[in-house]
Amino acid sequence: MSDNFKPKIVAFYCSNCASSAANVADGMNKVLPENIKMVQVPCTGRLEILHLLKPFEEGADGVYVAGCQEDSCQYVTGITKATKRVAHVKKILEQLDIAPERIDIFNLSAGRGQAFVDVASEMNDRIKELGPLLSE
Amino acid sequence: MIVAEQKPITEILEMVKEFTKILVLGCKGCVTVCNVGGSKEAAILASTLKIATRKTNKKIEVAAHTLERQCDPEYVDEVKDRIDDYDAVISIACGVGPQFLSERYPSARIFPGVNTKFMGGAVEHGMWSERCAGCGTCVIHHFGGLCPISRCSKSLLNGPCGGSSNGKCEISKDVDCIWDMIVKKMTELGRLEELLEFVPPKSWITARDGGPRRLIREELVI
Amino acid sequence: MSEYKSGSNLEKILKAGHFAFTGECGPPLGANVEHLKEKAGHLKGCVDAVNVTDNQTAVVRMSSWAASLVLLQEGLEPNFQMVCRDRNRLAIQSDILGVYSHGIKNMLCLSGDHQRFGNHPEAKNVFDIDSMQLIHTVKTMRDEGTFLNGQDIDGPPELFIGAASNPFAEPFEFRVHRLAKKIAVGADFIQTQCIYNMDRFREFMKRAVDMGLHEKCFILAGVTPMKSVGMARYMAKQVPGMDVPASLIKRLQGAGKGKVAGEGIKFAVEQIEEFKEMEGVAGVHLMAIEWEHRVPEISKLAGMLPRPKV
Repeated sequence: MSDNFKPKIVAFYCSNCASSAANVADGMNKVLPENIKMVQVPCTGRLEILHLLKPFEEGADGVYVAGCQEDSCQYVTGITKATKRVAHVKKILEQLDIAPERIDIFNLSAGRGQAFVDVASEMNDRIKELGPLLSE
Repeated sequence: MIVAEQKPITEILEMVKEFTKILVLGCKGCVTVCNVGGSKEAAILASTLKIATRKTNKKIEVAAHTLERQCDPEYVDEVKDRIDDYDAVISIACGVGPQFLSERYPSARIFPGVNTKFMGGAVEHGMWSERCAGCGTCVIHHFGGLCPISRCSKSLLNGPCGGSSNGKCEISKDVDCIWDMIVKKMTELGRLEELLEFVPPKSWITARDGGPRRLIREELVI
Repeated sequence: MSEYKSGSNLEKILKAGHFAFTGECGPPLGANVEHLKEKAGHLKGCVDAVNVTDNQTAVVRMSSWAASLVLLQEGLEPNFQMVCRDRNRLAIQSDILGVYSHGIKNMLCLSGDHQRFGNHPEAKNVFDIDSMQLIHTVKTMRDEGTFLNGQDIDGPPELFIGAASNPFAEPFEFRVHRLAKKIAVGADFIQTQCIYNMDRFREFMKRAVDMGLHEKCFILAGVTPMKSVGMARYMAKQVPGMDVPASLIKRLQGAGKGKVAGEGIKFAVEQIEEFKEMEGVAGVHLMAIEWEHRVPEISKLAGMLPRPKV
């Protein structure tokens, strides 16, 4: 795990809570790591298992999902479904002998700009620690 | 529908470990309805196989295709021009699919990607329950529309046994005692005396016990 | 024509109007019959017949028919048991002929605990016929002298047919009807599951008597003495179809250290005394599994000795 390793991370974030948080972060002039590819989705519930697997297929070292709190999802059950699907993908990764921590899901609140940034840093650090997927 | 469950990925990987060109074949029939073998699942399995090779550094080619059904020769025929492009085929249809494929393409290496479990229906989203054991002689109307052959752990026809407890079968709290349900239902329907009549031993000839089965419809055969 | 169906000791005693007393014995977990003979020794003279279980709780032991033969050799009368879990109708009819030819006269027809419980849970399930159909099979072979397919039997088995009844399983209201059905189909005698809730059993017997079942069939009440508080708790929670009142557990707890088994026996003896007077109850079936050495004491305390000779 060299210090030069820049993890390839894909982040899916919803257009509600997570997006608001992103805007707040922007307003605070927070900068997000450039190795994280941000993908906005209408609701995290829209994410299918295949969407969560594809980044790994195409070379990502980590994936995360940022959405609303369980009780304040704009579309009610979206985040709940996303949570279950992330758990399922963790199981798939385990069976492939890949660290399940490489995928995760976070619940944000609309105004929490700092949280949005923190989550990105957390995943970045975590994946750096785990190293590139190939090396496991 | 026929309900199946995906084989553990580790088992599937083991099956195809020596192959580099794999075709995943889904089915739009029962396995789509129980979310285990349709086009979505075929794509997921294909993606999973590719991710697996990131660890092994092996180069493989995986394609996914879904047939209308794998239990009718005309649909199985559809892949005749491409099947030779692959050295292994994983069928995620029910047990009939891989067998029909094997018969139609005798030189192809066909692998079953799912374990076929039972004939049943959805009781909740994501939950399926066994309803029919294919005994060949349906008698549910004698038991208030409930089947003691498939749903009683002991297939009792003169049940219940002494192990029924709180409406659950002695083998597990997750299994309803169907005889408890039958007695309650027949009581509600005012038909309890029917359950006092002795039901003689069943003929299992029409079930799988009588040997592998075949059905011919003369009026349909050309 | 003999007034007896089998002429067994149990049948004679019941038909003479005596209060019957049967025991139980589990076959060995191997071919070594020493312990079995030892258990038989304790029971001899204390009971009229001894149940020999058949792969009980789906744990593989020596077959009931084989252990029954050992008991015969030791001078006891076995109640051969057969469950529907392990044999199809061919093996069933076959074994019935076999046991009868060796001198076994009593047979209990049971469903059997599902093999998921036992020590070979991956085994294939048989259940070709159920316990009700098994009773009917034995009766057909005995009284009609034919196999299930109508073919004549060269030497029909003259067996005294027994069945089990669980007054406490659910649905409760249906149990007495199921008992009636077993009797209608051919059961000559019934042994109930072990009883702890006397109130509920009294209610059950009242219904049975109202239906006249005690006149068509001999009903024996099941008794299993509690050895410990742990056993009482286990039976209350883990055994399906068992009703153990909290008051009994309390009574056992109150007995004090080292005295629980004695209290358990006391309760069993009280039960037996009540059963002797209860209308419709023709006897008691004592299940003191792996406690056979206490049976002589229990028999004495309950006034069961000496056993009548008919």
